[in-house]
Amino acid sequence: MPKRKPKSEGEMTWRDLEIGAIVTEPGNASRYKTGDWRSQRPTYDFKKCIKCGLCQIFCPEGCIYQNKEGHFEADMYYCKGCGICSRECPTGVITMVEEKE
Amino acid sequence: MADRVGMEVSVAIGEAAKQANVDVIAAYPITPQTHIVEHLAELVANGELDAAYIPVESEHSAMSACLGSAAVGARTFTATAGQGLELMHEVLYVASSMRLPVVMAVANRALSSPLSVWGDHSDAMAVRDTGWIQLFTENGQEVVDNVFCAFRIAEDPKVLLPVMIHLDGFHLSHVIEPITFPDQSKVDKFLPVNNYPLPLHPDKPVTMGDFAPPIIYPEAKWAQEVNLRASKETILKCWREFADIFGHQYHPVEHYHSEKAKTLLLTMGSFSETAMTAIDKMRGEGRDVGLVRLRLWRPFPFEEIRQAVENAETLIVVDRALSFGGPGGPVCSEVRSALYGQAKKPKVVSFVSGIGGRDISVDDFEAIINRGIEISQKGSPNEFEIFGVRE
Repeated sequence: MPKRKPKSEGEMTWRDLEIGAIVTEPGNASRYKTGDWRSQRPTYDFKKCIKCGLCQIFCPEGCIYQNKEGHFEADMYYCKGCGICSRECPTGVITMVEEKE
Repeated sequence: MADRVGMEVSVAIGEAAKQANVDVIAAYPITPQTHIVEHLAELVANGELDAAYIPVESEHSAMSACLGSAAVGARTFTATAGQGLELMHEVLYVASSMRLPVVMAVANRALSSPLSVWGDHSDAMAVRDTGWIQLFTENGQEVVDNVFCAFRIAEDPKVLLPVMIHLDGFHLSHVIEPITFPDQSKVDKFLPVNNYPLPLHPDKPVTMGDFAPPIIYPEAKWAQEVNLRASKETILKCWREFADIFGHQYHPVEHYHSEKAKTLLLTMGSFSETAMTAIDKMRGEGRDVGLVRLRLWRPFPFEEIRQAVENAETLIVVDRALSFGGPGGPVCSEVRSALYGQAKKPKVVSFVSGIGGRDISVDDFEAIINRGIEISQKGSPNEFEIFGVRE
């Protein structure tokens, strides 16, 4: 296979695809902005956070990280706004609000 | 060249797969395919064939296992029939879309209900659009030869598509025929080691069957279509090279006294051999009839069909499957649309016959031809006629 100049999906023609549309670049799904799907966003009252990490365990997107203060919050590039973290948080840190944009 | 032997065609397919040196067989037994996979299981169990035989719990799993095996670059074979092919249905699309060179023999069988284990082309027609290369065969030697050709075509770097070899259930799968197997050294030369270009391997990870949003899905599908159409060139080349080495020549469309005949019959599969006898009989009586046999079903050989029938007045197509509520037999409707835009074309008459294992005898073919000529001259209120059903 000749090495092709990478093109964005919107620029690629059918000729640019690998056989069977096989993806040869590992992990390129990380570029897919699933945060665009969101209609609600999590907001945080970190005063109540006990840093248990349950929200991180339950997040189906795997997009919750621990910030510098040790609190858990979602990466908005990927967060789909499902609200599972809000439901599972034992101390009520997370409130889901309407996404304005 | 090795000796000619008498052998059940199903067993011969197993022997051919062995000669093709398959690496993996994943299959689920179903009548009338059973003897093919039984024989392969025996060959593997006896140590005569160094391959992995994966006994799966269903045909859906059989084809899924074949995907995995072909994806790592293993030469992969399977076989099924009727309901089994239907259960594989969704995975068939995946095999062709991921461009995996699986080869599958299909012992064509009618579909339930009522339950029938006997042969017709309903199963094949239901998987028409799955993106596989599809060949129809007439006799045991053809099936054996095309097992070798199928692997060579499927694994060609220009093609990389799965291939289905259709053979009529019972009428072909269960008969004992004289078959010549080629020398192993010639097969090895004809079929070099499978060299799948982008196999699954931990050292070079790839994603197969990945998610494609609307921004890229149409490009992926068009690439697949272009590739399947272009595969015809490789198929023709493979058959020419096969003929050079092994002496049997195959064509997408076969002619039998058809070049100048006023009336042509078109058939697909093993019933073509009975049709030839009918043509011989009628020609012997001074009738101007000929036969065209369609071997390559996908990619559809448009040019060859047009050329084969352009000088005829009447073309009678006999299908062995119904397209319920549709324009006639599935083969006929494709032939019709291939001819529609042609300036010079015969009148096309559609018959459906021989479904669920019902024979079409020499006399039946003669009656079909006579009735077809009558319809061609006087017309018919029906899109197609069913032949041989009691009123």
